[in-house]
Amino acid sequence: MKKLNNNRRNFLKVSAATGGGLLLGMTWLTSCEREVAIEEGTGFKMPPRPDMPDRWSEVNAFVKIGENGVVTIYSPNPEIGQNVKTSMPMIVAEELDVDWQNVVVEQAGLDTDNFNSQLAGGSQSIRKNWTILRQTGAAARYLLVAAAAESLGVPVAELRTEKGIIYHDASGKSLGYGEVASAAAGIEVPEDIQLKDPKDFTIIGQGKKNVDALEIVTGKAVYGIDLQAEGTLIAGIVHPPAFGMELKSFNADEVKQMPGIRHVVTIDAKPGGAEMQWSDVNAFPQLIAIVGDKTWQVFQAKKALKVEWTTTSAGEFSADHRKELKELIESGKADVARRDGDPEQAFEDADHIVEATYSAPFLPHNTMEPMNFFADVNGERALLNGPIQTPEYLRKTVSAVTGLAEEKVDIQLTRMGGGFGRRLYGNFGVEAALISKAIGGPVKLVYTREDDMTQGTYRPDYLVKYRAGLDAEGKLIAFHVRGAGTNGSPVFANRFPAGAVENYLAENLSRESNISTGAWRAPKSNFIAGAEQAFLDEVAEAAGKDPIDFRLELFDRAIADPVGEKNDYDAERYAGVLKEVRVKSGWDESGNQHRGVAAYYCHNSYVAQVLDLSLKNNRPQVDRVVCAVDCGIVVNPEGAVNQIEGGIIDGIGHALYGALTFADGKPEQENYNTYRLIRHAEAPKKIETHFVDNGIAPTGLGEPSLPPIMGALANAMYKATGKRVYDQPFANPTLRG
Amino acid sequence: MPTYQLKVNGQPREVEATSETPLLWILRDDLNLVGTKYGCGIGSCGACTVHLDGVAMRSCQTPVGKLAESGQAVTTIEGLSDDGSHPVQRAWLEHDVPQCGYCQSGQIMSAVSLLQNSPQPSDAEIDAGMSGNICRCGTYVRIHAAVKTAAKLQANS
Ligand code: FES
Ligand code: FES
Repeated sequence: MKKLNNNRRNFLKVSAATGGGLLLGMTWLTSCEREVAIEEGTGFKMPPRPDMPDRWSEVNAFVKIGENGVVTIYSPNPEIGQNVKTSMPMIVAEELDVDWQNVVVEQAGLDTDNFNSQLAGGSQSIRKNWTILRQTGAAARYLLVAAAAESLGVPVAELRTEKGIIYHDASGKSLGYGEVASAAAGIEVPEDIQLKDPKDFTIIGQGKKNVDALEIVTGKAVYGIDLQAEGTLIAGIVHPPAFGMELKSFNADEVKQMPGIRHVVTIDAKPGGAEMQWSDVNAFPQLIAIVGDKTWQVFQAKKALKVEWTTTSAGEFSADHRKELKELIESGKADVARRDGDPEQAFEDADHIVEATYSAPFLPHNTMEPMNFFADVNGERALLNGPIQTPEYLRKTVSAVTGLAEEKVDIQLTRMGGGFGRRLYGNFGVEAALISKAIGGPVKLVYTREDDMTQGTYRPDYLVKYRAGLDAEGKLIAFHVRGAGTNGSPVFANRFPAGAVENYLAENLSRESNISTGAWRAPKSNFIAGAEQAFLDEVAEAAGKDPIDFRLELFDRAIADPVGEKNDYDAERYAGVLKEVRVKSGWDESGNQHRGVAAYYCHNSYVAQVLDLSLKNNRPQVDRVVCAVDCGIVVNPEGAVNQIEGGIIDGIGHALYGALTFADGKPEQENYNTYRLIRHAEAPKKIETHFVDNGIAPTGLGEPSLPPIMGALANAMYKATGKRVYDQPFANPTLRG
Repeated sequence: MPTYQLKVNGQPREVEATSETPLLWILRDDLNLVGTKYGCGIGSCGACTVHLDGVAMRSCQTPVGKLAESGQAVTTIEGLSDDGSHPVQRAWLEHDVPQCGYCQSGQIMSAVSLLQNSPQPSDAEIDAGMSGNICRCGTYVRIHAAVKTAAKLQANS
């Protein structure tokens, strides 16, 4: 928190160079000229790109203005496909009061002096930066108006702005931002800056196209894996084939004779004594690196290398994982995370008890762009560039393992081919830095898909057992959740239905493993939401109630007279999305579709979904999903809908097909021929998204639509087949191990 | 290493490589045409899709030696249009399809090929034609709509 204050002053000040000093000397090879506007006759028109000015004035760390009025806004946070590179600058542009068509967005590098929390994770980019971005835009606007007041010799109060122009209505005079930008630089920023009334927003709340869309569809968008600079060699890694193994020895004689191969070195990404960060989750720190001229040559050499591995801890099997988790649930000693009332007594008093156990396997992230990073490290400094969700932590670890001071480690950010949590763990960046240091020149490390899928850091496997006690009227009087997982329990003790049930017990169990695990899109929620929502469906059925009515009764209780004080959620907003989805899906007029409902709260946002399913040749086909979302103010509705759709498709895909299994510590799937991801024909035919408009400051959007859809799917599958599904992946339980 | 003569985006290009080197890496490493992406290397994801004589192919499964022998002309995403004006690209922009964007070059190349074969594809034809391309971000609903829009744009032009 202290840090935030510090930064708050900094970003308001006029800053020196942004966008990273050290890397400015590096010349990246680009394939083509950038961008041209589109002219065409039918329907949609891409707005023309503004002409670039000759001279820029830096107004603050986020904003520079050209003499022709074109505005560059730096997007500080890593872009993994969640579209913050469009939505964060929109917030600055709103308060700056410029025409969005005159805005050019650039990705900022890591700059902890000027930017706050440059991290992509937990769906927090917008939530954590909402106020800061608004203040930044408003502060820049103030400086420009003050400069105009001086130049026109009139009081600030007599001036107004609109779309990048400052008007003095009394005299009919006006000045463009570009005309006063250079004079604005010396002006002091006042303590209190007036922000717009959200009623007056003209950019926030309007659908804006992805700022990189044209580059993407023309193949010009540059990802980390695309970076090429003069003299850069390609590096590949060879890691142990199984968790529990380590490098013993290798013979590189043959490989060194292969075309284009220059170096074969070993690296240690976790050397003893170096301070590590939470993001350094990595089962295989000791690696062999092969460095050569071309990617294909390096990939071939990786396959040809002769290596001996040694077993340091027992290799695990998926079938045992499941058994162990089951045993834990049945007889393990649990940590009590929350207890309300007297659950044991209430279960004894219950007229009827419903009990069910749910499970899900390990999942790899499978970002479409495999892990990679560019690094150029020498005794003086380290230059890094590539896809990373946690640049600040990567810098710390690179500093620790290279012995360079943190200020000597420069990190630039590329657009990323997906994140889903995988790029929170920057081992590939550390590896690239160490390889570059070892060979004394710039390298681009590229993982093969097989490296990417077999190297960790996975969503762990989970198992959870629920019990619900109903009285004779079908009222929920007791609720018990007992969850277990590899390297941690999936249970959130203070989430619904905690607070809505008099007698409640939440317990956690965990088993340890040598398989590295970590956050995966909507951590823990990505399993527990589906389990809980499927269980509530079963309980509602046992109570003889409509599943939406049943949940709304519980929310009524949590609103009127909540049990306990630590409930994470706002029951009114929760009930609100459920009511909205009931109306929008036509729930009460359901015909003969097989229909499932679910609602969940995570990442500070509320989502309810109704999923319609039919069986085609005995295979589930999702015909329609209707989704109601309460994430407060929606900054960019167009991008927001895309995120919601993506989360839904991602959730359905993984619930139906996703599973990584292990035999003797070795992942049994390593590429898309054996690991199944959802494909075009399997996606829902239709997704309708409705936002609840409540004017509350924005909350998370990249994750919240994924968790509940797994429950809605399970509930619809029950309607379609008459059989409840408990174990993911639903479409192939035998893969479960 | 042998040299090969290729035709890429209308230009003659000469590359030096072993004959089994996949076209994907020739494009990316030798010709600096990095719009064609690497996703799996085994023909399972479609990220590397290019056109050989106008037909969608997996460049990761196309050895440069065989390609040179066949004399087929290569078109990559960069060769589709310079400015995003191809109807499929326009449709993609209109529907704001990309999330991370990494799969989209391949999706677009597959869609162009699909529309060449069936200018007014049915839903089932779009499903079949586009299911070789994985989108990990889940933009399938938008891709589906964009293919339909592209069909209209193409018919009108
Ligand atoms: S990279 Fe060629 S199909 Fe995946
Ligand atoms: S947009 Fe990210 S993989 Fe398709």
